[in-house]
Amino acid sequence: MADPIKSWEITDEKDYWNRRTFLRGGILAGTAATTTWLYRRLASPAGAGKEKEQGQPLTSGYLTPEGETATDLYDITHYNNFYEFSTSKEGVAPRAERLITRPWTIEVGGLVHQPRTFDLDDLSRLGVEERVYRFRCVEAWSMVIPWLGVPLGRLLLLVEPMASARFVAFETKFDPSQMPNQRTGVLPWPYVEGLRLDEALHPLTLLSTGLYGKALLPQNGAPIRLVVPWKYGFKSIKSVVRIRLVAEQPPTTWSTVAPEEYGFYSNVHPGVSHPRWSQARERRIGSWGMRDTQLFNGYGAEVASLYTGLDLKQNY
Amino acid sequence: MASRKVDGQFLQTLLILNGAIPAVLLGWDAWWGQLGTHPQEFAIRTTGSLTLIFLTLTLTVRPLMEWLRVPALIGLRRTAGLFSFFYGVLHLTAYSWFDKELQARAIIADTLERPFIFLGMAAFLLLLPLAVTSTRAMLRRLGGQRWRRIHWAVYPAACAGVVHYYLLVKADTTNPLGFALAIGLLLVYRLLRHRLRGYRMTGPIRSA
Repeated sequence: MADPIKSWEITDEKDYWNRRTFLRGGILAGTAATTTWLYRRLASPAGAGKEKEQGQPLTSGYLTPEGETATDLYDITHYNNFYEFSTSKEGVAPRAERLITRPWTIEVGGLVHQPRTFDLDDLSRLGVEERVYRFRCVEAWSMVIPWLGVPLGRLLLLVEPMASARFVAFETKFDPSQMPNQRTGVLPWPYVEGLRLDEALHPLTLLSTGLYGKALLPQNGAPIRLVVPWKYGFKSIKSVVRIRLVAEQPPTTWSTVAPEEYGFYSNVHPGVSHPRWSQARERRIGSWGMRDTQLFNGYGAEVASLYTGLDLKQNY
Repeated sequence: MASRKVDGQFLQTLLILNGAIPAVLLGWDAWWGQLGTHPQEFAIRTTGSLTLIFLTLTLTVRPLMEWLRVPALIGLRRTAGLFSFFYGVLHLTAYSWFDKELQARAIIADTLERPFIFLGMAAFLLLLPLAVTSTRAMLRRLGGQRWRRIHWAVYPAACAGVVHYYLLVKADTTNPLGFALAIGLLLVYRLLRHRLRGYRMTGPIRSA
C-alpha cells in the first residue's frame, strides 16, 4: 500500500514552527501598524507640530489692560469653531486655506439713509485700532486675542441709521464651493447673528480685520468679522458679507437651532449655566487649570449699563 | 457546520497588543506635550471614544464568532470588555481631574444637574460589576445563569454611553449616531437571535 504523502515531503517540524512564528509576527506587526495609523488619523490633536512652525512668534508682548498675556498665535489659528469648514476645531484651519478673501465687500443696508457697500480699503480708512480682548467660547474655554479692527459704530454712523432701526443683523458668506460644510445640514446656512443697535454702537464692539498685527486668516473669519468681547464667541460672526439694520430682533443661527440653549443675548454669565454644562469656570487655552468666569467676561464696567432693568437669567 | 480551529491564545495577544496601542500613543503624546491646543479636552474626548469603540467591539464578538464559525473568538469578549472598562476609567478620571479638579462636590452636582453626565456615570456604574465579575472564578461562583443575567447590563450600559455622547455634541451628531446604529443593530440581533438561528443558548458559556 502506497503512502499518499512521502515522508520526505513532510515539512520539517523546525521549519513549520519557524514559518508559524514568522507569520504570527507579521500579523502582530501588521495590525499594530494599522491600529497606530487609525489612531493617528482619527485622533490627531491640533498643534502637534507646533514647534516646527517657522517664523511665527509663539508668545508675544501683547497684554490685556489687566496684564493677561495673549494666547499663542498657533493656538488662535489652529483651534477654531467655524462650522462652514468643519465641526472639528482642529479641522478648520487646513480646510479653510482655499477661502478667497480678496476682493471682498460688505453690503450695509436696511433701515439706513445711506446704504453703502464697503470694500476692505474703505474699512481700513475708518481707522484700524489694536485691541487685546478676552475671548470666551460658550464651550467653557477662553483665549486672549490681540485684534486689529474698526469700531463697528463708526461704520454704522456713516450709513445713518433711521430712527426705526433697533437691531443689526449680520450674515456670513454663503459659498459651498469654498465652504464645503455648507453642503451639509449641520446648521442652517448662511450663518446669521444679531445685536441690539446700542450693543452694536458700543465702543468695544469691533469689526476685526486682523490679529497679531496681520490680516485675519480664513479660520479666524477672514477678511472681516465681528468681535463682541462680552458675549460668547459664537456671537462674533465670521467672514461677514452683509449687515442690515432692522426694526425687529433678527433670527440668530444658534438660537434658532437650539433656543433653550442659546439665547439672542448670550452675554458671558457665570451664573447662567448652559443646560448641558456649567459656565461658572473656564479653561484659558495654554494654562492647565480652570479659572472663574467673569460676568460680561470682565467688561461689566463698560457694558453693564446696557442691560439695566433686564433680567439676564431670563434673557440669556 | 464545521467550526474552524484558531489558536485562541494568539487572538488574545493580538487584541491586547492592539487594544493597548491607543493608550500608549496617548501617554506618549501627553509626555511630549503633543496633545494639541486643548490637551485636557483632547484626552477626555479620546478616552471617551475609545470606551465606546471597545464596548461596540465587545458586543460584536459573539455575532462575529457565529458568522465566521470560529469558537475561539468568544474568548476575546472579556478582553475587549475589559479594555472598554479600562478606557472608561481613564475617561472618568480625566473628566474628574481636568474639568472638575477632583472636587467631589462639583462632580456630584454635575451628575445630578446634567443628564449627559448622569448617563455617563450610569454607564460606568453599570460596567463596574461586569468588570469585577469578569474572572473565571467569579463565573464559577455565580453560576452561568446568574452571571449571564448580570452581564446583560452591557446593553443598557452601551445605550447610556451612546446617549451620553449624543447629548454632549453641539450640532454634528454623525459620530454618536454611528455608534447608536452599530449598537442598535447588535442589540436587535441579540434579541432576535433565538428565532433567527432556531437554537437556545444552552451550551457552556466561556468567559475567556
